[in-house]
Amino acid sequence: MAKRVKPRVKVPKSASAGEVVTIKTLISHPMESGQRKDKDGNLIPRRIINSFKCEFNGQPVFSCDIDPAISANPYFEFSARVGESGTFKFTWVDDDGTVYELEEPIAVN
Amino acid sequence: MTLTRRDTLLLGACATAFVFSGRGMAFASAELAEEAYLEFTGGAEPELGRVTLDAPEIAENGNTVPISVSVDSPMTADDHVESVLIVADGNPNPDVATFHFTALSGTAAATTRMRLAKTQNVIAVARMSDGSVFMDKKEIKVTIGGCGG
Repeated sequence: MAKRVKPRVKVPKSASAGEVVTIKTLISHPMESGQRKDKDGNLIPRRIINSFKCEFNGQPVFSCDIDPAISANPYFEFSARVGESGTFKFTWVDDDGTVYELEEPIAVN
Repeated sequence: MTLTRRDTLLLGACATAFVFSGRGMAFASAELAEEAYLEFTGGAEPELGRVTLDAPEIAENGNTVPISVSVDSPMTADDHVESVLIVADGNPNPDVATFHFTALSGTAAATTRMRLAKTQNVIAVARMSDGSVFMDKKEIKVTIGGCGG
C-alpha cells in the first residue's frame, strides 16, 4: 500500500526585517495510530510522522514531537521572526525512518 | 432448531463476552494525563494562566479537531517559552504533541489538528525558559469519536 506522502508549506515570499511571519505546513500521511483493527481483527501497526522541525538558516525555529493523537495529514501552523533573507528548511520524520524535507526561501527587504 | 435451556445460556454468555471484547479499548484517565504533564514539568504543579488553549466547545468529528495554543511571552533569547505539552485525558494514550519554541519563533503560538476519542479535557502545559510552568484546560464535547474502528 504505497500511499504518496507529500509535504506542503506556505511561507510568505518576502517580509520586512524583524517581522513575525506565519508559516503553515501540511503533509499528506495516514497517521495510522496503532489502535485500529483490520476486518480480521488484527491490529494495524502504528505508522505516523513522529517529529517535525523547522529551521531558518540552520537555526531551530520550531519543532514538534508527535504522538498518534495528531490527525491524519498532520497540519502545523506557527510563526517565525525573520531578521535576514534566507531559507526555511522543514523536516518530517516517519516511523519507518523516512525523512521528508522541503526548503522555502524568504526575501527580507 | 429448538433451543434448550443450556443452549440459551451459552448463547447469552457468548454475546456478553463479545460485547465486552469489543469494548476492550483502554482509555487514559485524568490521573494518567496528570502523570504525563507532571513528568514534563519535573513534578511542579503548573499554575493556570498565561497559556491560552483555543478549541471548539463541541467537535462534531473527533478525527480532526482544530486546536490552537498560545502563550503570553516576550519570546526573547533569555525569556521565552521552551516547550508546550498537549495532553488529552480521555484518549487511549494521553500524549498528543509537544511543541518546542525558540526566540526565533517570534510568538509562542501553534495550531494543529488532533484526534479525540470521546468528550474529554484537553490540557496545555507550557514550560518557560526560567523553568516556571503554566497551563490551560478545556473540555471539548465530541459527537463522533475519532478512534477509527
